Amino acid sequence: MTGSGATRAGAPLERIAPLISFVRSRMAGDYEVDEFGHDPELNETVLMPPARLLYRHWFGVQMRGLENVPATGAALVVCNHSGVLPVDAMMLQVGLLDEHPAHRHLRLLGADLVYALPVLSHLARKSGHALASPQDAERLFQAGDLVGVCPEGYKGLGKPFSQRYHLQRFGRGGFAASAIRAGVPIIPCAIVGAEEIYPMIANARPLARLFGFPYFPVTPLFPWLGPIGMIPLPSRWLIGFAEPVATDHLGAAAADDPAMVFEVTDRVRETIQHMLHELVAERGEPFG
Amino acid sequence: MARVVLITGVWSYLGAEVAGALRFVPEVDRLIEVTSQDGQASRRLGDPPPDQEHADEQVVPLDVRTGQIGELINATGADTVVHLGLATTPASAGGRASMKETNVIGAMQLLNACQRSATVRKLVVRSSTAVYGTSARNPAVFTEDVEPRETHGYARDVLDIEGYVRGLARRRPDITVSVLRFVNFLGPHVDSPLTRYFTMPVTPTVLGYDPRIQFLDICDGVEVIRRMVTEDHHGIYNVTGRGVMYISQCLRRAGRVPLPMPARALGLLADLGRGMFDVTPDQRDLLRYGRVVDGSKLEHALNWVPRHSTQEAFARFVADRGLADGGSATAIDRLLAALPSAAAGMPG
Repeated sequence: MTGSGATRAGAPLERIAPLISFVRSRMAGDYEVDEFGHDPELNETVLMPPARLLYRHWFGVQMRGLENVPATGAALVVCNHSGVLPVDAMMLQVGLLDEHPAHRHLRLLGADLVYALPVLSHLARKSGHALASPQDAERLFQAGDLVGVCPEGYKGLGKPFSQRYHLQRFGRGGFAASAIRAGVPIIPCAIVGAEEIYPMIANARPLARLFGFPYFPVTPLFPWLGPIGMIPLPSRWLIGFAEPVATDHLGAAAADDPAMVFEVTDRVRETIQHMLHELVAERGEPFG
Repeated sequence: MARVVLITGVWSYLGAEVAGALRFVPEVDRLIEVTSQDGQASRRLGDPPPDQEHADEQVVPLDVRTGQIGELINATGADTVVHLGLATTPASAGGRASMKETNVIGAMQLLNACQRSATVRKLVVRSSTAVYGTSARNPAVFTEDVEPRETHGYARDVLDIEGYVRGLARRRPDITVSVLRFVNFLGPHVDSPLTRYFTMPVTPTVLGYDPRIQFLDICDGVEVIRRMVTEDHHGIYNVTGRGVMYISQCLRRAGRVPLPMPARALGLLADLGRGMFDVTPDQRDLLRYGRVVDGSKLEHALNWVPRHSTQEAFARFVADRGLADGGSATAIDRLLAALPSAAAGMPG
């Protein structure tokens, strides 16, 4: 009698055993992080599951051209940026980790504002991301990492809904210079779907200044409905990768040649814009 | 090559340990230990055991801020100068003004003396990774070629000292100059704001921030300086144990209770609880943004790796100080032990 009782009680306990051992190792500080602060255990157990839910069930993201992302070695994924919050970058990270045959872990280069904000700063680091600086990029390339960057930055994230799928300026092309210097290929990437998650109809500049944000979004639901307005609309997503743009034949010195950097930047930008048009047409209705 | 070695700052924990190690280096025939004038020789390690061969030792109480150091170098014919006389906190130096004077004027006098000396061939200088500063705009990992830009307090002093050292290296290219940018030391005798921070019963942290941090076990620090004395390595080197930890991780491993508070409140607490809890503004920033450096340049130069990683150095520190190791984790273990059916299925 007691034996069977123990077995029945043991089954659910066994199921939660990994959870207990996870909590135990966290409380004891018994885990390792890399020099960037990447904490694989926390990332896989706590940060990725909610992102994965969004990816699979809320947006139903589909990947195109994954074969253009190399299975090993350093490469730079350059993508468009939109949707008020960097949800697109998270979906790209989930997609490459789950659906790429080599399960590549994307290390995104974020703006310095990310690292000045409480909570977000250390969660970004624990999730494996770094600062958009030449030093961080070079270091990740040397380690053979797959690096991601959104050169539009806040210009892309905070642009009005009317300008959807129109790429903004690509900064000064710092990403191209870094890739050329390291001789790593650039993979243009287009993300369709993020534009519709928070359709931004206005930017409340005084509020943005008040909070120190780069913009303060006004959408049909936010800030009118408060936290409910922060739920992203369930748009349909497509993420596409184009053929890599090789940079190793240019030589490291080309990284200091503005004309060369501009040419590479422009080529990548054109490729992404073209791919965006194609994917938007392929997707059809954004909600449906 | 080294024959007569002059070492400053023997009053500090690092100076005492280095002096203790250098006395048994066969290449060192004579060791001149300069300590501060008010004779804080109490931290010096005991006399060497008589049965072991050791260098001639001479302890000289001397104020490095005066020109006497030049006379001492001339009189002893020192060929190697190891400058470890750095005041790291205002509290330890009797105020910020006096700290700056000890650090900057002391270094100027010493470097002047080296420049005019005919015998000095080598200079080893203690610096700090604090020179890189700490902010959200910093690269994740500092290499030696990142331009330091910290402008406050201790880091400013060290940056000034490095500036004077660079000037000396330019004017006297025949002197081998090694500048060692150390991360935070941990060790049984190390008494720094950070060691005090980790031994507080409740540890204040900055709400919403979890910085990355690195440590160097003091015995690895001593070994690096010993090698710099016996081998020639010109240049600036970051010195750190391998690996990185988060502050939250440190506190958990040490079984500390974190008390998160806004950065401003932390500053206020530091002002109120002076002496018991001293957090300088640069440490407050460190508790927000952290700092990680690349130590590989030194590892390549010395063809050697610090014996203790950041994590090992911290583990040794936790054991040394008798801090509760993983308090809440042991509670979970006890809880699991109370559930025999679960214990069977538990890994580890």
